[in-house]
Amino acid sequence: MTATTAPAATDTATAAPAISSSGLTKRFRGGQVAVDHIDLAVPQGSVYGFLGPNGSGKTTTIRMLLGLAFPTTGSAALLGVAMPDGATRVLHRVGSLVEGPAFYPFLTGADNLARYDAADRTADPATARARIQAALDRVGLLAAAKKRYRNYSLGMKQRLAIASGLLRPRELIILDEPTNGLDPQGTREVRALIRQIAADGTTVFVSSHLLAEVEQICTHVGVMRTGALVFQGPLPELRRTGAARVTVQTADPEAAAKVLTALGLADAQVTAAEGATAAEAAAILGDASPEKVCAELVQAGIGVRGFAVTAPSLEDLFVGLTGEGFDVSG
Amino acid sequence: MSAASTPAAGAPAGPGVVTEAGRIPSPVRAFGRLFGAELRLVLLRRRNLLLLAVTAVFPLIIGIALRLSAPRPQGGNGAGVAFFNQLSGNGVFLTFIALSTLLILVLPVVVAVVAGDSVAGEAGYGTLRYLLAVPAGRTRLLAVKYGVIVTFGLCATFIVSAVALAAGAALFPVGPVTLLSGTTVSLAAGLVRLLFVTLYVAVAMAALGAVGLAISTLTEHAIGAIAAIAIIVVTSEVVDSVPQLAAVGPYLPTHWWLSFDSLLRAPVDTSALLHGLLSFAVYALLFCSFAWARFTSADVTS
Repeated sequence: MTATTAPAATDTATAAPAISSSGLTKRFRGGQVAVDHIDLAVPQGSVYGFLGPNGSGKTTTIRMLLGLAFPTTGSAALLGVAMPDGATRVLHRVGSLVEGPAFYPFLTGADNLARYDAADRTADPATARARIQAALDRVGLLAAAKKRYRNYSLGMKQRLAIASGLLRPRELIILDEPTNGLDPQGTREVRALIRQIAADGTTVFVSSHLLAEVEQICTHVGVMRTGALVFQGPLPELRRTGAARVTVQTADPEAAAKVLTALGLADAQVTAAEGATAAEAAAILGDASPEKVCAELVQAGIGVRGFAVTAPSLEDLFVGLTGEGFDVSG
Repeated sequence: MSAASTPAAGAPAGPGVVTEAGRIPSPVRAFGRLFGAELRLVLLRRRNLLLLAVTAVFPLIIGIALRLSAPRPQGGNGAGVAFFNQLSGNGVFLTFIALSTLLILVLPVVVAVVAGDSVAGEAGYGTLRYLLAVPAGRTRLLAVKYGVIVTFGLCATFIVSAVALAAGAALFPVGPVTLLSGTTVSLAAGLVRLLFVTLYVAVAMAALGAVGLAISTLTEHAIGAIAAIAIIVVTSEVVDSVPQLAAVGPYLPTHWWLSFDSLLRAPVDTSALLHGLLSFAVYALLFCSFAWARFTSADVTS
């Protein structure tokens, strides 16, 4: 990564991670640690799903990334610029939706966007109208541009917030729970929009407590649990962390379990027959090859009725990482 | 701040640079744009228009009431009393009567509404986090907010003077102005003095606006901030009227507000005026600094 020549130095600068943090920590005045030493690494061009249950520290992290809250310790950088010190230098390259939409209810959608655009010192006032129209068009709100924000539906409010992040060409978009409160139709629309934004080469950082929402669009994921980042990496890597299990349907599960254990498979378990479901023996496959396991079972005289290797669903992995519901600590 | 450039694509190299989004305006122009947008928002907001309308109605009511009642040379016991005796002879004095009457509560409350709402209102709506993420820049946003408060106070004060002058001219005779010290100056010279009186009151309101701005950075409940400012004004006036507490009087925020009557004497009592202006400057500086220190270091959690 060390640059030796001038052009290479420029390359490393542009290839700086879209978001990085090291030891980022937020301790609230009451002593509660909301974010605990997290090291984010969001590659440029990725769609990064920032997952975790409600109250796991996602929003606090995003607030620190955007310079809204100051970290207790640790540091963060957006597009290679240190935050919060570089806020005024880098944030105009970053679009964001933080903790739900917020606009003046007595202004129209377009006027609300014009207000935020006026606050941007690097935005060209001459192109403001055109850019606002384009952003509204992109989220499908052009027809409601002259309607007061107070009369917007929840989905329209959410889309207007996304539009405010699209007022300028951005290199990074940070979306905090963009589908919160949306109906399935709205959720699909937002998902399509995120795909579109990502297709333009913009890095997207999207936080959510819904795995299903993220699974379909993300290339990378980070999983938060009670303030700690318990997993981070490409989505396929998360899939790989799940240990595949081999399941054998047989009339004699105890004998099958013995064979599995003898083959060095861990965590062999027996499930008795129940109704139409045959009795099963199961174990973690590990490094063993399924073909060999099956052959050994037959060799040992086990009547194999069914044989399956199953990887855990992403949902299971997610719950395994974040814990079942209702155990949000703190 | 914007001078430091990054080599990454899309970063501004400085003002005037053309990017795919257009031309980057100069910092001064960009500041003017934000200030203009915020000022329009505050001035055109229905609630604030109503406040200005109420402010304009007061001088009218005072003028009509005074016209209907016979002037009583010995009446009253307040600070603005001296002007009442002059009114029957000259309508210009309605402006001073209106200003000194409205300074007790109406003008401070009008300024308090806009000042208290300035930051707390944004926090309450949640728009503060989006403005900062734009990024508006914390110091820059605070400067714009204070500029809008000062401008709004200036508007309110000039509305009082203008309406009172018009009403005074309609209801009473107008001519050369006999000052409180007994000397008579031409109408034009009297109007110039009126201009300075109005500006003095506007500066007093600007100082109050700084107090309001500071309080506004402490909460996300605009109504709480507005109430707190009003309470400060009333408390200060009460304390100022207790003779046993005369020692603290000159340090109170409201103490010098009515000192504009110095401008209605010949020669002008500059010592009281300068004391007043010094007091306003100290209050503005102190509370703007406090607001800045607070606003640039506090987490935005709304």
